[in-house]
Amino acid sequence: MKIFISYILLVTIIIMTGCRKDNYDGPTVKLSGHIVYKGTPVEVEYNQVKFELYQDGFGKTGPMASTFQPDGSYELLLFNGDYKFIIPNGQGPFKWKQTTAGAPDTTIIQVKGSQEFDIEVTPYYMVRNVQLTASGGKVMGKFSLEKIITDASARDIENVSLYINKTQFVSGADNVASESIKGSDITDLNNVNLSVTVPTANTTQGYVFARIGVKIAGVEDRIFSAVTKISL
Amino acid sequence: MKKTLISICAAGLLLTAGCKKDSEFLDVQSPQVLTNEQAFSEPAQVLSIMADLYNRQVDFSGLDNGWESFADFSESFPSANGNTNIVQRNEWNFTDWSIWDYNYIRDLNLFIERATVAKALSNADKTRFLAEARFLRANFYFETAKRMGGVPLILESLLYNSSGDPSYLQYPRAKESEIYDFVINEAEAIKGSLPINANEKSRATKGAVLAMEARAALYAGSIAKYGGNTPQVSLPGQEVGIPASMANGYYTKALNAAKEIINGSAGTYSLYNKKPDLGENFASIFLDKSGNTESIWVEDFKLKSGKVHGFTVATQPRYGAEEEEGGRINPSLNLVESFEKLDNTFAPIAVTDAGGNPIYYNNLSDVFAGRDARLYGTVILPGSTFKDRRVDIWAGYKLADGTIVTGDDRGAQKKLPGQTNSTQVVGFDGPVNSKEFTAQSGFYLRKYVDPTPGAGSRGTNSEVPFIRYRYAEVLLNAAEAAFELGQKGDAATYMNQVRARAGLTTPLTAADITFDRIVHERRVELAFEGHIFYDLKRWRLAHVVWDGNKMTPADLVSNIGAATKRNTQPYGLWSYKLYDPASANNGKWSFQIVLPSLVTGSNRFRLGNYYSAINNDIIANNPRIVRQPNQ
Repeated sequence: MKIFISYILLVTIIIMTGCRKDNYDGPTVKLSGHIVYKGTPVEVEYNQVKFELYQDGFGKTGPMASTFQPDGSYELLLFNGDYKFIIPNGQGPFKWKQTTAGAPDTTIIQVKGSQEFDIEVTPYYMVRNVQLTASGGKVMGKFSLEKIITDASARDIENVSLYINKTQFVSGADNVASESIKGSDITDLNNVNLSVTVPTANTTQGYVFARIGVKIAGVEDRIFSAVTKISL
Repeated sequence: MKKTLISICAAGLLLTAGCKKDSEFLDVQSPQVLTNEQAFSEPAQVLSIMADLYNRQVDFSGLDNGWESFADFSESFPSANGNTNIVQRNEWNFTDWSIWDYNYIRDLNLFIERATVAKALSNADKTRFLAEARFLRANFYFETAKRMGGVPLILESLLYNSSGDPSYLQYPRAKESEIYDFVINEAEAIKGSLPINANEKSRATKGAVLAMEARAALYAGSIAKYGGNTPQVSLPGQEVGIPASMANGYYTKALNAAKEIINGSAGTYSLYNKKPDLGENFASIFLDKSGNTESIWVEDFKLKSGKVHGFTVATQPRYGAEEEEGGRINPSLNLVESFEKLDNTFAPIAVTDAGGNPIYYNNLSDVFAGRDARLYGTVILPGSTFKDRRVDIWAGYKLADGTIVTGDDRGAQKKLPGQTNSTQVVGFDGPVNSKEFTAQSGFYLRKYVDPTPGAGSRGTNSEVPFIRYRYAEVLLNAAEAAFELGQKGDAATYMNQVRARAGLTTPLTAADITFDRIVHERRVELAFEGHIFYDLKRWRLAHVVWDGNKMTPADLVSNIGAATKRNTQPYGLWSYKLYDPASANNGKWSFQIVLPSLVTGSNRFRLGNYYSAINNDIIANNPRIVRQPNQ
């Protein structure tokens, strides 16, 4: 019995001391920020717009990939060092600078202690002056659309949708109801109106979340307005 | 003294006997490993090596790689509690369907190299084995290209020289078109070296090679032609994407290869037509192993041989099943309603009349009457039979005031109003929401489900083969290639053969053949054969059809037969028996379109899904590999 106990003690000591010796501290330096256009956050769909961070010098080259939050923010825990940041081609409803060869160009980020780092991009459109209101079992959206890119690479609007959902995740995939208007049916970009009926099954909650998503022709990701909580 | 002498002698003997050269001493032939020369010494031995290589072919949906591989894409609902994520997720991962098996390709390359130098094989054997290996290699590169686009084209075994610098082994990705060119050229090169024998199903034949060539060329042609619809899905080095100018060349090759099978020069293949009942006949294509003239190349199975599959165990109707399971694949109403009416028109399943009132049917199966016989052959409809036994699919009773009386277990019993005894209020096959193995969409799968006694029991399993290439697909490939080349009359001729076998006897005219018709015909003829995914990808329709938006019942019943019709959630059709003794309709059936309650997601195919992701480790090991677009 004594021997048994001493074995247990021995094993415990080995395990406890082993834990301290083997492990490194986790990363603690926080790098965070938004994708912005002239200071305004660019709103996107949850878990869809990807960015990649690379750090050279450790043998294997591979991206640390993650996605932006719906409000365009990102947050990473890192070690101090030099990182390369890119948004891969085809990601996001905006233009990211490219090299002459057509590859996404790199932004170098030096991480020395926690910092905010905003990523400047050029969206094709921005949703402006959003007024979302509820009345009579409907959610009404009134907003204007600003065409940002007007040069040769300008793109048309394919359609604009107003989404509502019971949770803060509001998009084409996550919604309880939506209403769309085709880009070709929009007569005045400065005055677009959409309204969507709230399904009766969802009215007991007392509020819904709404946002407007713009599908740009030939671009996969929509650009959104900010998620708004609306009391019914 | 004598003893000492003997000991010395013995020691001496031991020493001299032990005194072999070290190298000789260690150089012992292993009793477990055959040398190359031994392995390639006689045809039976080589065939067993070949069998392993055959076994390692990959199919999108295979009877032995899980029923789940048949269950996705809103063509069916997965009636198994562990797999509800198929209808609850909103998108596919970029890594899904990824494949990168250079071990297999190396083994094929080694086989080709070793068989080439084998001395003991006769020339005839050698030619056939080499052609088979090249066929398997080409078919595997084709399968890889379907998922990954252009990949490194390695046609010899590579050896590392231990120099510390492996960069000479780092091959870049070939262009997507180069992989398809390779497949087509290999097919042309080996087709003369393989037997012309329509009865040889499990080994490569001229027919199999030509069928592969036709399909590969058709895929390449459509990627070239429709790639323009998604300009983002391409890479500057053309590892993904084929220039539009190459489309006609590929379509021509596809048509020629298909014609070579159709005109009989690869053996006498024909559409399976043994049974008078067209629906039964269609189901039998996938079950009949004796003298099946339709299948060209199959993955075969054999009872009591170890190579059997449990597909029937997983999918047999639950009521009367040979195990306490089954019914996992429930075809969706989306698919069911897309089977045409016999006058070549599309119509939703008639549930309500023009005024919105329910239509009452005397028999459960009446609502499906007058449709394409392939519907019966593909799907077990309520009111139809499996193994001569009626499936028990019905959702409950409907009372005069519209209230529904149903149960939450298979065959549950309840009292109907005004009755004293309990009566069964739901079928033993369901549908009951969230009750696995019941027909939660209102339908079970028939295609490939084996009615042979024992096929549904785990101890026996099934030996029904998986058909990789069959004659009807060759005809449809020919029809599509002819259509794209502007030969609509020929396209109609090819397509009408397939349609006539399904009971659609009014032939389509050249003017009727549209792109939508081609898309539709492949969807219904080749449902649950692993085609829909690759077809929609090569037509660049996947992101349109699976656009991630939820479907409404109104979406469901409109635009049937349109190639761009949204198909993101599997709907079901539930039947109710009217209980209203005062009514003339008492005991008759009405139907309701339902979305099974477990369906909460909607399929979204992102542009980055067109070509599956290449693992970061592969790219880290070989920096010359470029990434897939849009990921």
